[in-house]
Amino acid sequence: MTTKPRKQIHLGVHFPGVNNTTVWTDPRSGSQIDFDSFEHLARRAEESKLDFFFLAEGLRLREHKGLIHDLDVVGRPDTLPVLAAVAAVTQHLGLAGTINTTFNEPWEIARQFASLDVLSGGRAAWNLVTSSDAFTGENFRRGGFLPYAERYERAAELVAVARELWDSWDDDAVSPDPVAGAYLRPGSVRRIDHVGKHFQVRGEFPTPRGPQGHPVLFQAGDSPDGRDFAAATADVIFSLHSSFDDGRTFYDDVQARLAAAGREPGSLKILPATTVVIGDTEAEAAELARHIRSQQVPGATAIAFLEQVWGRDLTSYDPEGPLPDVEPDFDGADITRGRARHFKDPRPVVAAWREQAAANGWSIRDLVIAVTSRGGFVGTPNHVADEIDRHVQEDASDGFILVPHLTPGGLDDVLDRVVPLLVERGSFRAEYSGPTLRDHLGLAHPDAVRRPAALAG
Amino acid sequence: MTHLHLAVDLTGSGAHPAAWRTLDPEQLRSAVATLAAHLDTSVRAGFDLALLDDSLTLAPAADHTVRGSLDAVLVASRLAPVSSGIGLVATVDTTHTEPFHVAKALQTLDHVSSGRGGWQVAWSTTPAGAAAFGRKDVQDEADAVDEAREVVGVVRDLWDSWEDDAEIRDAATSRFVDRDKLHYVDHVGERFTVKGPSITPRSPQGQLPVVVRVGSPESVGLAGRVADVVRIEARGVDRAAELVARVRTAAAEAGRDPQDVRVLVDLVVVLGADDGAARARRGLLDGLAGSAFAPATLLHVGDAASLVELVARWAPVVDGFTVRPASLRADLPLLADQVLPALRAVGLAADAYPVRTGSTLRDSLGLPRPASRYAAV
Repeated sequence: MTTKPRKQIHLGVHFPGVNNTTVWTDPRSGSQIDFDSFEHLARRAEESKLDFFFLAEGLRLREHKGLIHDLDVVGRPDTLPVLAAVAAVTQHLGLAGTINTTFNEPWEIARQFASLDVLSGGRAAWNLVTSSDAFTGENFRRGGFLPYAERYERAAELVAVARELWDSWDDDAVSPDPVAGAYLRPGSVRRIDHVGKHFQVRGEFPTPRGPQGHPVLFQAGDSPDGRDFAAATADVIFSLHSSFDDGRTFYDDVQARLAAAGREPGSLKILPATTVVIGDTEAEAAELARHIRSQQVPGATAIAFLEQVWGRDLTSYDPEGPLPDVEPDFDGADITRGRARHFKDPRPVVAAWREQAAANGWSIRDLVIAVTSRGGFVGTPNHVADEIDRHVQEDASDGFILVPHLTPGGLDDVLDRVVPLLVERGSFRAEYSGPTLRDHLGLAHPDAVRRPAALAG
Repeated sequence: MTHLHLAVDLTGSGAHPAAWRTLDPEQLRSAVATLAAHLDTSVRAGFDLALLDDSLTLAPAADHTVRGSLDAVLVASRLAPVSSGIGLVATVDTTHTEPFHVAKALQTLDHVSSGRGGWQVAWSTTPAGAAAFGRKDVQDEADAVDEAREVVGVVRDLWDSWEDDAEIRDAATSRFVDRDKLHYVDHVGERFTVKGPSITPRSPQGQLPVVVRVGSPESVGLAGRVADVVRIEARGVDRAAELVARVRTAAAEAGRDPQDVRVLVDLVVVLGADDGAARARRGLLDGLAGSAFAPATLLHVGDAASLVELVARWAPVVDGFTVRPASLRADLPLLADQVLPALRAVGLAADAYPVRTGSTLRDSLGLPRPASRYAAV
């Protein structure tokens, strides 16, 4: 009797972000800055043999009503130095970080990722995020630039140049010959000469190719452009489609785009971000989930959320009271800067919410808790393990990026109580099979493109 | 007598261009492990800080040197959790990089090292650097140094843009930070603008020590204005005294207390059990290189005892030394086991770790931790 081999689940841990998913009022909430917090989550993830550790990036503090937004966790260290430090305290765990493609130059960022890959023994991953906003641009030399339509164009050229730079060194270029005095094997490093719309990059790249050849590339944008970019370019999609039906639809959409891009099925892993709340009983888990949601949305946060939609100051309203009776202000639609806008036209949204609130007897805070819920897995460890496994075996995803609500121990119980059940089911590794993140994800090692010797630098 | 400040340069395989040619190629291929071992030896020696040089471009094959480099901030960050006591000073370019990225990367080095981070400021005047980035024309020394001044200025502003007590976690008002303690730097310069504040909270040292290498008249002015530690090159003690005086004058002209600047002279060492053995080592390395090694600064070829005498002779003139071992593998252990202990015995070097007072690089350098420039007085 033969059985179809179980699809293997891929799991990453997301260091808590600077948004209201992260609860800082809980007494167990630790520092979002101290290295100990990063080390805790990374070590626990590695003990459970997870695929990777994920760190997001910030390039401008968010603003609300013209002032720095002060209700959520604010401030974080720089992505790549943290990942380099985490490399020192882990052996196998992949190290994934978001780096913006709009506010970085290919020579420098390719060099940094090659460095991280060397320093970590082949565990680097780059989550490509695009941006076009002048608000963030105010912190950078070029200032507010890049038309919206060009953000993926620049990203694609940036990645193409970065790959050219990584491929300009052979895997075995560093083969020191003390007698001849040649540190690099002659001909093993090729000069590049790129002239494109966004970049002119010329010269001999100074940094060796990492063990993975290229770092693993993640992509997180959800627009049609973003999906096409992922299908053409990425190894992993950081997806927001975590519910089963939504996940299935997204998975199929991406598979079609992948085939259209001429790539093999399985060469692009789809990993939705999700939260997990577990309890000894279903009722206990549900109660805990309710408690967390209420911690995530204190009254001031609920009002600030409504202000994004209404486009006006609503601080005179009681968050425990009914929805504001004033109408939205369309000119105030950009009241919050430094994050994606939620709604283009607030009118139908406001109408629907008023109806929902009236039907359920909800306060402002109840409504915001309800409408900002992203779902996630809630239940006993067995139930959650079943659900994660079902999503993967039935192609709603290839695994998940687990997002905790507490720093740094918010995933301890999931790692301790859910992951072992997935191992028991034969759906998740009991040991790492290789040293690199490409090994964990089952991705091929890209070959350096050898060019004719005549072109060698 | 106050003790000397002692730095060690861990770049490549050592200061001698042929140092790598005496090593096992396998050791060279596992560069990270080798560097971590050198750092361990440097901690054992009790150096105040380790310097990691960097370059955005590849050395020419004709130089027969170590070729290829990793980003120095990432290397220092990788070493931070597995070291203690010693300062980790990373070289970062100011000509082609983004000041905002530079500021938060170095702050993060300071966070992950619990206050041991430092910045060696570099600038680029080469056509290769300009071609690699393709954003600007080649700049001359005066222009690149002036841009370095502007970049260091805005980076220092960003380092102060969060006051130390900005994070309040006040559950009663749901406020995580006190936004009045976060500050826009609003830099509008000739070359770029930066709004701020930094994305990263103030780091353990607040301000990381800034190291400037003096090699041109323009760089003396930069050192006087922005540096906490200044590296000079001098073959003779009179030349060193002259450079120290020029740096202190430049600091005074910039409105600073000249004694706040630590001036360290580069000292290249080829050590041996006795003078003959040291000379033989130098001869071997020069033979491999095919030419006599002639650094533009003080060079000691001899035993540990004569090195201690030389350091004592120069001690009245400089604040300390940047020791550049000709070969890290051969010279670092001798520095750790013989030279530094002898300097401690005569009171020229600070206590070894972890005995010494304070744990940050500023502490080691005798620099107080400054309040944020934006803090209400």
